[in-house]
Amino acid sequence: MLCQICGKNPATVHFTEIHDNKMSEIHVCERCAEEKGMQASASQHKFEIADLLAGMVDAMTQTEEERVGHVQCPRCGLLYSSFKETGRLGCGECYTAFQFQLRPLLRRIHGDTRHRGKHPSRGGEGAVRTRQIQRMHDELQSAVEREDFEKAAALRDEIRRLEAEHGAGSAPEGRS
Amino acid sequence: MSMPRNFDELFEATSPWLLGEGPHAEMVLSTRIRLARNLRDVPFTHRAREEQLQGVLASVQSAAQQSPSLHDGLLLRMSECTPIDRQVLVERHLVSHELGDGARPRGILIAADQRLSLMINEEDHLRLQALTPGFQLAEAWALADRADDELDVSLDFAFSEEIGYLTSCPTNAGTGLRASVLIHLPALVLLEDIQQVLKSVTQVGLNVRGLYGEHSEVMGNLFQISNQTTLGRSEHDSIESLERVTRQIIETEERARERMLRDARIQIEDKVWRAYGTLRYCRSIHAREVINLCSAVRLGVAMGLPGLCPLRTLNELLVLTQPAHLQRSQGGDLSPADRNIVRARLVRERLAAADHEAGANPQG
Repeated sequence: MLCQICGKNPATVHFTEIHDNKMSEIHVCERCAEEKGMQASASQHKFEIADLLAGMVDAMTQTEEERVGHVQCPRCGLLYSSFKETGRLGCGECYTAFQFQLRPLLRRIHGDTRHRGKHPSRGGEGAVRTRQIQRMHDELQSAVEREDFEKAAALRDEIRRLEAEHGAGSAPEGRS
Repeated sequence: MSMPRNFDELFEATSPWLLGEGPHAEMVLSTRIRLARNLRDVPFTHRAREEQLQGVLASVQSAAQQSPSLHDGLLLRMSECTPIDRQVLVERHLVSHELGDGARPRGILIAADQRLSLMINEEDHLRLQALTPGFQLAEAWALADRADDELDVSLDFAFSEEIGYLTSCPTNAGTGLRASVLIHLPALVLLEDIQQVLKSVTQVGLNVRGLYGEHSEVMGNLFQISNQTTLGRSEHDSIESLERVTRQIIETEERARERMLRDARIQIEDKVWRAYGTLRYCRSIHAREVINLCSAVRLGVAMGLPGLCPLRTLNELLVLTQPAHLQRSQGGDLSPADRNIVRARLVRERLAAADHEAGANPQG
């Protein structure tokens, strides 16, 4: 890939930049990076996440930022403010502790906030059914978007039947 | 392929991804699938204490022993590897720079067939990698998926129903999947169509990097294309989208090659043979020049020019001429100037051996 500034040298420095809530990547050569004062650091990956977070925090007021910064993971003790600096979470529990802060970040990174991939085998039959219902909810939503109401109605009935069969407790997480 | 039992044997063996086999091997050097996983009860690597990381190493090792895909693998602890050995592993795409620093309890487990490997205590506790030659996303995914299922039997992975597999960096959360292909695009670079292609690749949510992954520079017209996001799409969807885009890029490159050969066949052939000549007879050469000249020869091989070396030799040269490989084969530190001399000799010898094997006359 060639440098996006001079268009001559190979791009060896990669930056993620945020402008007007839009993320863009910039690929430049070392010389242009130096000239523009965009020095590459050894921990560029962290820098990108910190950058991404900085862009989000801009939208917050000073007090909001302080309050959010003091949120702490009850399990590993990581402060949200440290995550902001390093771009690394401390443990799996941090995802729950910081869920309100992470949700918009995940959306920004991935364009989505919900997992649609494979699952560990653990969790037994209940978990398998929860996933099945969750998948059907997804199908239902896309059927509604496609205005395929016949399919949507069939899915809705099937979801109701499954949920009734296995009690209300089987409603998927994160849905009301 | 014989199973390496120690570092020396691993060093002598050719990594399978360099074999120059598999579909579209003349254009796609290798296909990689990486899965990031963490253990539920241990803080992520950078927040874990030394003894917790020792515990992770031990539980992963024991889980691997139960896994048919990994049970007879070779475990190398980074603390027991010399800096040059660690760098050799980086140059073979088996470990990342981060794992290569060796300061904490970290390791790499390499399966007997060397297509599967498992980095332990890198940014995430587990980084499972399937690396296959050529363009074989489905095969690489099947290898990684199976090993992941096998490890999952004895390990309790950090997972949430909503977010999926939980990773140290939120950019990997969800599937933890990074699928990538290493692809050679000389005609698109030469005809200056590459910017357009790369732009459209990034527009569909894929990422482009150089030969050595994140933040590495593009050399020898080699590009690594991978999925960018891991949340909201299934592994199948991510892989399918990479597959589809890669096929389109292959076709675009093929068309560009046809155009190039139609308009300037003799100039291209000249470039190929001059590159081959330089490699075959050089006396001092820089690693970057080897990579760039190999790119021209690779194009010649793909064009079907007779008398050049096989793809496998070109792939091997990419790795064997890197600094740590050269220094290890010479048994110690070399100054950059000496490296260039040793590198030139290695390149000449490899090409002469390939000639000899083919029984061809290099004067052709």
